[in-house]
Amino acid sequence: MSRLSSPQELEALRKQIIGQRDPKRPCVTICGGTGCHANGSEKLVTAFGDEIECQGLGGKVDIRVTGCHGFCERGPLVVIKPGGIFYQRVKAEDIPGIVSETIIKGNIIDELLYTDAITGEKVKYEHEVSFYRKQQRLVFGNNGVIDPNNIDDYLAVGGYAALSKALFKMSPEEVIEEIKKAGLRGRGGGGFPTGLKWESCRRAQGDTRYVICNCDEGDPGAFMDRSLMEGNPHSVLEGLVIGAYAIGSHEGYIYIRNEYPLAVKNAEIAIKQAEDCGLLGKDILGSGFDFMVRINRGGGAFICGESTALMASLEGRVGEPRAKYVHTVEKGLWDQPTDLNNVETWANVPLIVSRGAEWYAGIGTEGSKGTKIFSLVGKINNTGLVEVPMGITLRDIIYDIGGGIPEGKKFKAVQTGGPSGGCIPESLLDLPVDFDELSQVGSMMGSGGMIVMDEGTCMVDIARYFINFLEGESCGKCVPCREGLKQMSQILTGITEGRGKEGDIELLERLSETLVDGSLCALGSTAPNPVLTTIHYFRDEYDAHIRDRKCPAGVCKALISYSIDEEKCPGCGLCIGACPVGAITFMGKGEPVVLDQEKCIKCGSCYDVCRLDAIKGE
Amino acid sequence: MKMGDSQAQQTVKTILDRFQNDRGLLVSILQDVQAEYNYLPREALEEVGQGLDIPLSQVFGVATFFKAFSLKPRGRHLINVCLGTACHVRGAVRVLEEIERELGIKPGETTGDLKYTLETVNCVGACALGPIVVVDGEYSGEMRTNKVRPVLESYD
Ligand SMILES: Cc1cc2nc3c(=O)[nH]c(=O)nc-3n(C[C@H](O)[C@H](O)[C@H](O)COP(=O)(O)O)c2cc1C
Ligand code: FES
Repeated sequence: MSRLSSPQELEALRKQIIGQRDPKRPCVTICGGTGCHANGSEKLVTAFGDEIECQGLGGKVDIRVTGCHGFCERGPLVVIKPGGIFYQRVKAEDIPGIVSETIIKGNIIDELLYTDAITGEKVKYEHEVSFYRKQQRLVFGNNGVIDPNNIDDYLAVGGYAALSKALFKMSPEEVIEEIKKAGLRGRGGGGFPTGLKWESCRRAQGDTRYVICNCDEGDPGAFMDRSLMEGNPHSVLEGLVIGAYAIGSHEGYIYIRNEYPLAVKNAEIAIKQAEDCGLLGKDILGSGFDFMVRINRGGGAFICGESTALMASLEGRVGEPRAKYVHTVEKGLWDQPTDLNNVETWANVPLIVSRGAEWYAGIGTEGSKGTKIFSLVGKINNTGLVEVPMGITLRDIIYDIGGGIPEGKKFKAVQTGGPSGGCIPESLLDLPVDFDELSQVGSMMGSGGMIVMDEGTCMVDIARYFINFLEGESCGKCVPCREGLKQMSQILTGITEGRGKEGDIELLERLSETLVDGSLCALGSTAPNPVLTTIHYFRDEYDAHIRDRKCPAGVCKALISYSIDEEKCPGCGLCIGACPVGAITFMGKGEPVVLDQEKCIKCGSCYDVCRLDAIKGE
Repeated sequence: MKMGDSQAQQTVKTILDRFQNDRGLLVSILQDVQAEYNYLPREALEEVGQGLDIPLSQVFGVATFFKAFSLKPRGRHLINVCLGTACHVRGAVRVLEEIERELGIKPGETTGDLKYTLETVNCVGACALGPIVVVDGEYSGEMRTNKVRPVLESYD
C-alpha cells in the first residue's frame, strides 16, 4: 500500500475499501481471541476454508478471523453475516452442515444455537443474546467486526478519521481541552483525569517527551486490555498517536505483558501496517508530525504495571518503583516528561475526538464518564468481557448480563479492583459502579477485573490468596510492604490452617494501617484492601475459622473432611477412578461407596468429579 | 549443558543486532535468548552484558527479578498452571496439587529426566476457561484433577 499523504487521500482510500465490499456477501466471522483460540478456533478457520471450496463456493464467501467478542464462555464463536446468525461451541464436524444448510440455504442449525442462561430460550442472532443486550459497546464493539491484522477493516469502520481530524482541524491544546471536557479518567486503576495528565506533560520542561501505553495488565482475572490489544490494536494506536500529538511527543512505547504473545504479535503487525500507510512514522498524513512507537515485552512481574517500575523496566533496569515526589509527567522515562496511560484509556481517545466531548460526557455518572469494560469471571454463568456505561449497578452486571450464579448456588461476594481492591457483599449489589462509589465501600475500580464468588468460596482463603499473591510480587524495596505482607500472610495462613488465635484480626488491622501509611508505592498501600473488606463484611467467617476451627465454605483443607452422602450416592464409581490414593472403595452396584478417612489426603478430586453432589466437604 | 564460547557469542550477537543493541530492550533481549536456549546460561548473560555495555550484575538483577526467566535448564515441556483469581476460585490449587503428585515436583522444579518443568502463572487472560493449564503455549481449559494425567500423557 502506498503512503497516504493527506486527509483527502485517507478518505479516498476509505471510500475505495468500502466500495469494494458488498454488504450482502456472506461472511463467516470466527473469533480468534485467546479464549476461542484455546478452544480450537484456529482449526475452524482452515476447515471452513476447505469446506467452502469443497462445496463450490470458493471466492463467493469471506472468512474473517476477528478478535475477542467477549463471550468467551461459549467459544469458539462463529457468526454468519450478513444475517448475524450466532453459533457457539462450534466444532470442526459442524462445518459441512453450516456451509450447506446455513450459508447455502439460509437455514438455522438448532443444535449450535446458544440457550440463553437468563431466558432459557434459544437465541438465533448475536444481538439478541442477553449477555450483549444490556451492554454499551463503544470501545469494544468493533472487536467482533474487524480482522485485527487487516488495517482495511479498521479503516472501513471509520478508523484513523479521529487522527486526521486532530492533526488537521485541531491544535494540540484543543485536543487536550476536548479530553478534559469529556471527563475521561484513566482506566488503569487510579482514575486520574487523562486531560490533566496530558496537559502537565505538555507543559513540563524537557528535551524529549514520551508517551507509553500500559498493557501490563497484571490484575489476575482481568483480560480486557489483552482483548483490546489483540482484537483492535489500531484503535489503541490511533489514540496513542493523537495523545502524542497533543502532548508534543515523537516517541512512544507499548509495554505488553509477557503472558500475552498474541497481543504482541497483533500489535507488531498493526504498527507495521500503520507505518506503511503513513499513519505512523515520519510526516503522518502529510501533517509534518512525526511519531514512532516500539513494543516492549514485560517479564512476568506484577509491579511492572506501576508507572515508575514500568519505566525502570523500559530502561533495562530491575522493575522497582521509586517515590513519586516528582511526578513522571515531569521526570519519567530517561528523566524526561512522560505520559503513561492504560490501553483502554487510549482506545477511548479516538471516540472522544470524533464524536465530541459533549456526547461522551453524556454517558456515565457525575464523576465518571463513558463506559468501562469489565472482565466478569469466577462463579458466574456468562463469563466474559462486558462493556457498560459507568453507573450501572453491580446487580445488573451480575444478573442481567452475567446470568447469575451457576448450579443454583448462592451469591456471596464480588471482588473488584484486583489485588488492590475489595470484596463487596450482597447487601451492596445495588451500588452504581463508578470510580468514587467503589472506593467508598472499601474497594476500587482497578483495571476492571470483577470476580464473582459464591457460597463455595471462603473469604478468609481469598484474603490469604491476595496477600500471598502480593507477598510474592512485592519488589522488596520498602520495609512495610516486604515485611508487612509476609506477616499478614503468615497470620492468614495460620487462620486457614486452624491455628488462628484471638487477636489475629486486630493484628491484621494494625499491620494494614502500617502498610497504608508507610509503603513506597500503591502495591503496598492498597494491599490491605482485600483483608480489610473481608474482615468488615465477612467477619463471621473469620470467627468460624478462629473460634470453631471450621471453614463454612468447605475450602480450607485443614479444617474440613470429605464424606459420602449415602442418600445421594448410587455407587457409580466415578470418584474411585479419580482418587489418587485409593481411599474410596466400591461396595457393589447401587450401594454407596465408602471413603477411608485415614487414607484421604483431601485433594478434592472426588468432589470435583461427582456429578450428583454426593460428596460433602465440611 | 556447556557450550562453546564462540557459539554463545554468535547467538547473542544475532539477537542483539535484532534489537540494535538497545539496552532499554534488555527484557525483550533476554526473552529471545531464553527462547533460544530454553533458559539463560551464564555465558549468554555475560555476552549480553558486554554487548550492551552494562555490568553483569545488572543483567543478573533483571534476569532474577522477572518471573519469566530461569537460570537453570528447563524441561522439554513447560507446564504453567494458572493461579489467577478466576482460576483460583474454580479450584486451580487442586489441579496444581494433582500435577505435583503426578510428576513428583513442586513449582519451579524440573523432573529428573528433564521432561517437564512445572511453573505457576498469575492469569493468562483466558479466565472463561478456568482452571487453565498451559503446556508449551497450548491451553487446556476447564481442568479437573482427573484430566491431569491425559493432558500430561499427550506430550512426549
Ligand atoms: C502495583 C501496581 C500495578 C499496576 N498495574 C497496572 C496495569 O497492569 N495496567 C495499568 O494500566 N495500570 C496499572 N497500574 C496503574 C499505573 O501505575 C498507572 O496509574 C496507569 O497505567 C495510568 O494510566 P491511566 O491514567 O490511563 O489509568 C498499576 C499500579 C500499581 C500500583
Ligand atoms: S485467572 Fe486463570 S486465566 Fe485468568
